[in-house]
Formats: sequence, structure tokens, C-alpha cells
Amino acid sequence: MKSSMHINQNLSQRLGFSLLSLVMLITVIPILAVIVYIILQGAPAISWEFLSGFPRDGMRQGGILPAIVGTFYLTLGTAIFSVPLGIAAAIYLAEYARENVVTRLIRIAIINLAGIPSVVYGLFGLGLFVFFLKFGTSLLAASLTLSIMTLPVIISAAEEALRAVPQAFRTVSISLGGTRWQTIRRIVLPQALPGIITGVILGLERAAGETAPILFTGAAFFLPRLPNSPFDATMALPYHLFVISTQVPEMPFQIQYGTALVLIAFVLGMNLIATVIRSRARAKRQW
Amino acid sequence: MDKSLDWREYVITRAIKASGYSAILFVGLIFIFLLREGLPALADVPPGDLLSTRWYPIENYFGILPLLSGSLVVTLGAALIAMPLGLGSAIFIAEIAPRWLREILKPLVELLGGLPSVVLGFLGILVLSPNLRTLLDLPTGLTALAGSLLLAAIAIPTIVSIAEDALDSVPQSYREGALAVGATRWQTIWRVTLPAARSGVLTAIMLGIGRALGETMAVMMVTGNAPVIATRWNSLFMPARTMTATIAAEMGEVANASTHYHVLFFIGLVLFLISLAVNVAASSVVFRQKKRAERILS
Amino acid sequence: MNKLIIQNLSLQYSDGTESLRDISLNIPSNAITVLFGPAGGGKSSLLRCLNRLNDLTEVRVVSGKVLLEGENILDPNTDVIALRRKVGMVFARPVVLPLTIRGNLTYGLELAGEQRKSRLDEAVERSLKLAALWDEVKERLGEPGIALSGGQQQRLCLARVLANQPEVILLDEPTSGLDPLSTAKVEEALQVLKQDYTIVLVPHSVQQAARTADYAAFFLQGELVEWAEGKEIFTNPQNKRTEDYVEGRFG
Repeated sequence: MKSSMHINQNLSQRLGFSLLSLVMLITVIPILAVIVYIILQGAPAISWEFLSGFPRDGMRQGGILPAIVGTFYLTLGTAIFSVPLGIAAAIYLAEYARENVVTRLIRIAIINLAGIPSVVYGLFGLGLFVFFLKFGTSLLAASLTLSIMTLPVIISAAEEALRAVPQAFRTVSISLGGTRWQTIRRIVLPQALPGIITGVILGLERAAGETAPILFTGAAFFLPRLPNSPFDATMALPYHLFVISTQVPEMPFQIQYGTALVLIAFVLGMNLIATVIRSRARAKRQW
Repeated sequence: MDKSLDWREYVITRAIKASGYSAILFVGLIFIFLLREGLPALADVPPGDLLSTRWYPIENYFGILPLLSGSLVVTLGAALIAMPLGLGSAIFIAEIAPRWLREILKPLVELLGGLPSVVLGFLGILVLSPNLRTLLDLPTGLTALAGSLLLAAIAIPTIVSIAEDALDSVPQSYREGALAVGATRWQTIWRVTLPAARSGVLTAIMLGIGRALGETMAVMMVTGNAPVIATRWNSLFMPARTMTATIAAEMGEVANASTHYHVLFFIGLVLFLISLAVNVAASSVVFRQKKRAERILS
Repeated sequence: MNKLIIQNLSLQYSDGTESLRDISLNIPSNAITVLFGPAGGGKSSLLRCLNRLNDLTEVRVVSGKVLLEGENILDPNTDVIALRRKVGMVFARPVVLPLTIRGNLTYGLELAGEQRKSRLDEAVERSLKLAALWDEVKERLGEPGIALSGGQQQRLCLARVLANQPEVILLDEPTSGLDPLSTAKVEEALQVLKQDYTIVLVPHSVQQAARTADYAAFFLQGELVEWAEGKEIFTNPQNKRTEDYVEGRFG
């Protein structure tokens, strides 16, 4: 009796574990398949001309340079606004804020910012930056919109990195006559930097791949030149991929896959850099 | 102490404190602008018409029920797919996989979270929907189901990541206690670990569904964008149109400050309030759990 | 002469429980004053009050004064930065800042705005010699501080305080993690240092208290039981509880 129950338990455990393994496979295989498939389909399209040329023939031929450069500018613009603000906000939360109602409110606001649908950011950017502040449909308006969307990611990651720095360093620095800011600048920030950079890159990676927030704030369907001022609209890789896969009839598959490949290479490349920085910093850490 | 240092410190400290409040400022600004641009919709369109079943803006029909229904069907479908897969994967990674495998699987799933949704939408058009069409013998593959599948792919990384963290933070002693009284690992997972992590798991599911609800590009590209109300069980196999997709597809073409423009902002306001509710609920679960922990510790 | 005069000081933890009750104590200059007693007696809290590090923690001053050369340092208008340069602190665990050995030593001076290399070099050498560490590390000042052994790290922490040229040095069980040899080196260094500094030490054992004390104060559950010259308290304690503790009947 007892042993048959034991067998039953073992059997159900084995069944259960097999089921979960299967679930894991169902989750993981499509991820790998998607990436491998895009690489295989897109690789033939990649050439110097594709990367450095302008689109021709209604985007059915030529290259995607303006989209690549546009995404680069947008990412840079997002970084300019969101990185200083995000890190400062994280410093406030990790080093200055006391646990009170206002701090609780700030945390709820951050969680909410992280959860707002990206297209709502697009609406907000349209209302505030494009119309109210009269930036027009521009790199500037789109970058600002993306910055606010990226902010919660950067704040959360940076706060976590700051909190990971041992409290004893702060106590010692203060005991040696350091002010709070000197302590942060000379000890805490340098120690938290790798973690902060990782978080920043992951936030910017998200911004680089987003389409909805820039749809009405800065993305251009087609531009025969590169943007040369923050008030110009710009092409961008994700929006370009959207355009050539839904708005342009008889689009050659190769160019579509090529564009998709460049986009995921851009985004996953950033991811890879973040991962490398994180693991290197962990290996070098002195505490 | 040197005076210049004093004032520099003062300015920097002020700037840092001001930045600290920026998150509140932005949530407030977003809300204000959605209200400012969205509320006029209520003046332009009688509330009864807004809650009607016909969305046909060119002829001034602004019933948002089909869009609500579209979002609901697509998100529900996504939740049904993502919940078992996401939780199963989280349990597998946290409780069953050996360390080396975990070090591979977790980043891999997070990689999926990093894929731009437009790439998923693109593959949805070219690969997923043609296959769905032949497989299920449908008139078109661009259906709510296709949207649900892509949204599931978008929700899964969120669910796995948060649920795995929650499972991982259950103290090892709980598991050891259960194993010591003769429970199998399988029983331990179901009777001890999962219940102990339940608030984190709940948060994971809520935030995953929240992400799916707010997702725009992938859904817009594959759901066929037909604003029809889901009335029957097979609505999942028909085209649908979500609130997010409607905004994204139509905002580019409306005249500034027209009725249509205001209604689209109104839909944005509804989305904002839904995400606010989801996130406040999710975070209060976390807070409650923390408080409980504090009470236990003190 | 008394460097520090503590008058009727009461401290409280933030949850309202009492940390120290109505302490009055004089701390003479150019001597080692030892604050000893069982754990939880409030010695560390008192020590942290002396350079206002309690501002960072959960300990609050309820009443009383601490006079440093006649000035009440608990006054809200006290320049705490200047105070902490004057009153340095060495902690129980050696906390080496994530900088080079030299960087650890020059840290305090750089915070104060000192940039002249000659001054910094001079401070590094002087403080390392005072902490009896110079010969061991003079060739490796550019290495990370963490590369030193535990005993060396603690002397580095002492040297780091000395580099600030303080007047008072507070030590909170500075040898609790060290082997006997390293402990002896620290104690030797303190015997030399007391000629120029006022030293307040929370020892990690009664034996250390007896070895090092010029003056000693016995704390029990937030109360100052008695204080006197070291010789006096360890050979002829006035209070029964002090006697019991010193002779090892509880602890």
C-alpha cells in the first residue's frame, strides 16, 4: 500500500516535470526560431549598399541608411534627456528619500509610467511636444516622448544598483567629513556605475525598438535625406519595418527581412553590450 | 568648510530632489494632456453614441464598444496562452532546471522581451497568419487569434521574469521543511513554494496582461482591424480591432482638434486609466506582501 | 584637562526604547578612555554621538550635552563636517573604501579640498607611520586597499583617520576581527598615539580594556555604572556590578 502510493507520487512527479519541460520548450523554441529565421532570411539582403544607401523605387530597392541613422539619433536623443534625469531621480530615491507618503507616491508613479501603453505615450507626446510646445513632428518631440517612456526603466535599474553598494562605504565616507553629495559622487556612483550603465542600455534598447510613441511625434514615412536638425522629422528602423510590411504593396521579402535583421541586430547588440558590462563588473567587484 | 563647495552641494541636492519628483510630474502631465484633449469628445459625441456598437468615424459613428470588445478578446486569448506557458516556464526555471540551464534560459526569455513588437508583427503577417489560415481553414489569417498569439509572446517574458523572481525569493528552508516531511519535489512546488510566492505570481500575471493590453504595433499588424463586437465563441477566429491599434492607425490621418481626434484621445484616456488601475492593484499586492514581511520580522 | 565633557546625556532608538540614560562623563585629553561592558549597554551609541554619526542611524538624542572644548556638538547648528574631521572614527570591521591604498588615505583631505600633491604625499607617509603600517605598504600605495590583510586593513583605517589630523579618535571594537598579533600592533599604535590625541575606545574584551585603559567607564544596560582611572576600576572597583563583570562573573 505504502509503496504503491510512493510509486504514484513518483509517477506524478515525473509526469509533472515532463509537462513543465514541454512548456519550457514551447516557450523557448519559438524565440530561437524567430531569431534564426530572421537571420537566415535577412542575411542575403545585407550589403554595404543596403546599409549605406538611400531607399529607391518607392523603398522597394536601395538601402535603409536614413532609418538606421534616424534610430541612432532617436536613441541618442532619448539618452540625452532620460539618462541624467533618471539617474538623478534614482539617487534621490536611493540616497535622500525617507520612507513616507511622498516617496510611496513617487514609487507608484514610476510603476505606472512603466505600465502606460506605448501608444498613449505617443498621444501625450503629440499633445505636449508637437502641439502645445510647438516642436512639430520632429526628432526632438519623438526623443522627448521616448525619454519619458524610458525613464522608469532607468530609475528602477539605477536605484537597484545604488542600493547594492554597501552602506558601510557611506558611513565611512561621512565619518571622514564627507558631505552626502561628496559621498555619492566619489564612492557610491562609481561603484554603482556598471549596474547603472546596464540599466540605461536596457532602457534605451526598448526605446530604440519602439514604434507607437514615435508614430505621430517624429517618424517620417520616407525622407530622401538625413535629418539635419532636431526639428526635422526622421525615419526610424522600427517604423520603417512597419511601413514596408504593411503600407507598401509588392515589397520584396528580402528587403523586409533585411530591415528586420538590422533592427534586431541593433537592439540585441545593445542587450549583449549590457550583459557583458554586467558580468565584467561582477567579476571585478571588490565587495 | 570651503564656501563654493557649500553652494555647489546645495544646488546639486536641490536638482536631485527635483528630479526625484519627476515621475509624479510626468504621470500628472500625461493625465492632464489626455483629459485636455480627450474630454472634449464627450461634448462632441453624446455619451450614448460613444457607448454604441458602431465605429465608423468617416460617417461620424464613434461607438467604442467594438474596440473595447476587440481589446478584451485579444487580451483574454493572450492571457489564456501566456499564463500557463509563462508560469510553467517560471516554475521550470526556478525549481527544476539545474543552475547552468537556468543561466541560459532566463536571459533567453528576457531576450524575447527585448524583441521589438514590430518585428513580431512583421513575422505575424508573413509567417504566422498565412499558416493559421491554412491550418484552421479560415477566410483570413489576420484574426484576433493571431493577435493573441503575438501578445502572448509579449506577455510571457514579463510573467516569467517577475514570477521567477518571486519563486526564487521563497526561502530555501520552506522547501527543505516540506521535503523533510516526505513530500516529493513536485508536491513541494504546488503545496509550499507556489502558495508562498502567490502575491509575486499574481503581480506577474497582472503586469503581463497589462503589457498585452497596452501593446500596439504587433496587434495592429495582424488582427485584421475590423471593428466588430465579439458576440460568439468563434470571435477569436475572426478579425478584430483593439483600442491601441485604432489610435495608432487613425491618429496620423485625423485633423487636429476634430471630433475624431478628441475621441482617439478619449480612448487613450480609457487605456491610461485601465493601466493605472492594473498597476496600482499590482503594486498594492507587492506592498501588502512587504508589510506582512515587515510584521513577521519585527 | 578634559577634551570632551558629556552632561546628562540620554539617547533613544527610533522605536522609542532607551539607549542611554542620563550619562555624565569626562574624557581627558592625551589619554585612552575605555568604554566597556556587555553588549547592548549603549557604548556604541554614545561613541557615534561624539561625532554625530548617530545622525545617520536610528539613535536620537533626547536630552543632554556633549561639550568639545566647551562647545556643545549636539547643537543643531554645529558644523558636523568640521566636527567629523576633528573627531575621527574607526569601526569594528575594517571598511576599506574601494580605492587604492593611497586613495583611502587621501580621501578625507581631498574631501576638504586639498589638492596639493606634496601635502597629500606628506599626509600619507605621516599617517602610515603613525599607524605602524608604512614599512609594509610603502612600495604598494597604488594597489587597491582591499588587497591588504585584515590586520593591515584595520591599521589602514586608523591611518585614514589620522590623515585628517583629528584631535579625538573614536574606536569601536577595532580589533574584534583581528588575530592576536594584529591586535597587539593596533594596541601598540594607540599607546603611541595617545601622547598627541584624545582616544576613546570601545574594547572587544575586558582584557583589552584592562590592558589599554588610562580611564575606564563601565556601561550596563544603558546606564553608566562607574568611571575612574583604569588602574582603579580594574583592581578596586567601587560598584559590585563592576566587580562582578570585571572578574568575569557575567558578561
